[in-house]
Amino acid sequence: QRFCLKLPNPGLDERIPSHAELEKLELEEAGERPQWDNKAQYMLTCVGFCVGLGNVWRFPYLCQSHGGGAFMIPFLILLVLEGIPLLHLEFAIGQRLRKGSIGVWRSINPYLVGVGIASMLVSFLVGMYYNTIIAWVMWYFFNSFQDPLPWSQCPINENRTGFVSECERSSPVDYFWYRKTLNTTPVIEDSGGLQWWIVLCLFCAWTLLWVCCLRGIETTGKAVYVTSTLPYLVLTIFLIRGLTLKGSVSGIKFLFTPDLDELLNPTTWLDAGAQVFYSFSLAFGGLISFSSYNSVHNNCEQDAVIISVINGLTSIYAAIVIYSIIGFRATERFDDCLSGNILTLLNTFDLPEGNITESNYEGFLQHLNSTAPQTLQELQLKTCDMQTFLSQGVEGTGLAFIVFTEAITKMPFSPLWSVLFFIMLFCLGLSTMFGSVEGVVVPLQDLNILPKHWPKEAYTGLVCFVSFGLAIIFAQGSGEYWLALFDGFAGSIPLLIIAFCEMMAVSYIYGIDRFNDDIKFMIGHKPNFFWQATWRLVSPLIVLLIFLFYFITTISKELTYIAWDPQSENFPALETKSYPDWIYAIIFILSGVPALVIPAVALFRLIRKSCSAREEKHTGGDSISHQTQIPDELDRTRSLH
Amino acid sequence: MLAGVLLLIFLPPLVAKDLCKDSQDGFKVRLSIKTALGDDAYEWNESEMFLFRSTLAYAMRKQTKQDTYNITNILVCNDTQRVSFVFVVTSPDDPDQLIPKEQIEQAVRQNKHRINNAFLLSDMTLEFVGIPPTLAAPIIYDTEPWLIVFGVVIGAVAVGIVALLMSTVSKKRRAKEKAAGLSEEDEGIVKENGTALSGLGGKEGVYNQTFSNDNRFTEL
Repeated sequence: QRFCLKLPNPGLDERIPSHAELEKLELEEAGERPQWDNKAQYMLTCVGFCVGLGNVWRFPYLCQSHGGGAFMIPFLILLVLEGIPLLHLEFAIGQRLRKGSIGVWRSINPYLVGVGIASMLVSFLVGMYYNTIIAWVMWYFFNSFQDPLPWSQCPINENRTGFVSECERSSPVDYFWYRKTLNTTPVIEDSGGLQWWIVLCLFCAWTLLWVCCLRGIETTGKAVYVTSTLPYLVLTIFLIRGLTLKGSVSGIKFLFTPDLDELLNPTTWLDAGAQVFYSFSLAFGGLISFSSYNSVHNNCEQDAVIISVINGLTSIYAAIVIYSIIGFRATERFDDCLSGNILTLLNTFDLPEGNITESNYEGFLQHLNSTAPQTLQELQLKTCDMQTFLSQGVEGTGLAFIVFTEAITKMPFSPLWSVLFFIMLFCLGLSTMFGSVEGVVVPLQDLNILPKHWPKEAYTGLVCFVSFGLAIIFAQGSGEYWLALFDGFAGSIPLLIIAFCEMMAVSYIYGIDRFNDDIKFMIGHKPNFFWQATWRLVSPLIVLLIFLFYFITTISKELTYIAWDPQSENFPALETKSYPDWIYAIIFILSGVPALVIPAVALFRLIRKSCSAREEKHTGGDSISHQTQIPDELDRTRSLH
Repeated sequence: MLAGVLLLIFLPPLVAKDLCKDSQDGFKVRLSIKTALGDDAYEWNESEMFLFRSTLAYAMRKQTKQDTYNITNILVCNDTQRVSFVFVVTSPDDPDQLIPKEQIEQAVRQNKHRINNAFLLSDMTLEFVGIPPTLAAPIIYDTEPWLIVFGVVIGAVAVGIVALLMSTVSKKRRAKEKAAGLSEEDEGIVKENGTALSGLGGKEGVYNQTFSNDNRFTEL
């Protein structure tokens, strides 16, 4: 029965604190490690880290496009088989070894430090572009304090005869997003220069993040009381508002209409798995860090289950709210489309108003089709289809900045709803950023490359400053394309690899038996068969499958991006363009470097160790004096011990 | 004699109709009263048409600055149930001569607002086919509102940063004084580097930092 595969791991006991030492630490409450003020702070921070923008603008789209209510089945199954075990693993290992991600992997085995460095790099890259989205949210928030909202109507051209052409051909919300906010260029090669207003918003976002993360969890622990709870309040307000609007129920029906055939499509399961994985912010290192500040006997198993359930329920709740508003918008658009057509018909045939209404519209059209089909053709009536309106542009930035903003302009008291909506997005994003910053700062401290006497404020300040400097690339005209690039490649493949390595490391290098004993020591009972099976077999398998799927689809197809090009033929539809060749180098840096760091560091350490072993034999001196003579070519080497 | 008189009476309207129907200088007008006013919609009848013709005459007067324009100068035809019709404007000096299109267009554009208000309609519901509406001037702010909100937020953030940094500095100073042995005991709670010795409930005694490792304080 015992599937007892364990790789040799000498010296483990020296690197990790023993159970007795942990008890002592617990009683004394001494030590440099920060602590949570109370359990609520810890839970709110973790919930905030997990619940992010993806819950609001990725999950509802996946739900609707993969068979509505039927999507719940793969989502919930994979939540249980993949999300909860991984979460429990990260919590438990952080709580047991009481270190950030690099410290934890270094304790398990010094060759695994690469996993921690990879986590840090991914946290850094993801944090860079994620905060840019927050900067955009802030820009919209700043612009919400005026009536009428700037995206509710097109600006007028110079001779005041009509609207600006680009806006006329698309829509006011599109124009405001693509021109006034991003000032986007038609292709990614075209930089377009820095947009100063975005730079200002970026600066605001990073300084605000710094003030919240200034002293690590001491400050973020206070901030999460607001940033983690406010989104739920706003979602509820929007739910009540949404349900009172016309057409909201049709949106919710559209969302949940089950199509069980979708369950046979493997893409559905893979998308569900990917969504669960990314939604839990696993493999960033932030969760390990947060968990390490807990007391040793904290019930991490219970925490993992509670947070997973909250995350899942939040996704579903947000989906309901979003789709009620989308249903309202689709109904408004449909009504407008229909009224436009009816007006055209009335004008052409000079019929009195009220002759054609929504109810007899179809009948009239049929009558017209039989009597004067030619005239009908010439009129070029628009097709008004509710289903089309309901499935328009409903994920990612398109949902928040185009579809939802348009819906808001149709509500009474629009500035109020706009302010509320963007505050909610801001809080969702900021609480995720806390975890990201934690995932960069703590490993940085563990690496010992910067002077140890630097206060935490300096570390967080440095990370924020460097990230802000590099994030300036997203403030260019082509910034949105760069962001989509980062979103697609920096955060996807490396995370899967890191998560897989984490599970392998804990199960087979640290040893599942030792891990079980640790958990028994911490929470009082050994993890049951469900945990054993998922940690050792099921979850790594799922992660591996998702990784292979992503890898193969990325490699096999030509990489393209969608661009806003006013000169293109299909304008205002977005145009698919292919990346220039040098982008492939960037993609390799984004995806490949964090992934390759894992074996590279192990290899580096191996080479160094064999070199020093050879030298030791050569000189014959005793180890201590020998180590002090080794020249430090690279500061980093000190940290790899 | 009688025939001549009859001809004289009936000829102008006939001629007028011809002027209106065949002319190139006419404009089609469409009113959507029910769309604009819903239940408060008024009936379109001769009196309303009279009002329309008089407002147009008013517009011509204002634009040409000639007080000679009268309601008889505005000719209307092609009246339909839609409430749409065509009108032309004759010159006050010569009833057979029509005012050119451009002038009428100018007159309507400059006074559209007044014409709209006379009928409780808007640019959308009172349509002059071929005359684009003059859109309202965009609101020009002295300072963009977004900059104001941005300034408020950045100010609050700056205050927050300064306050937190100063509290760190003052804590360090206080801790240094204590480490020098100036006082043996304080409130019993020391907060540094995020560590809160808040475990007084349920644990015996207070952790007295006089006996602690001094390195802790200097390691901020």
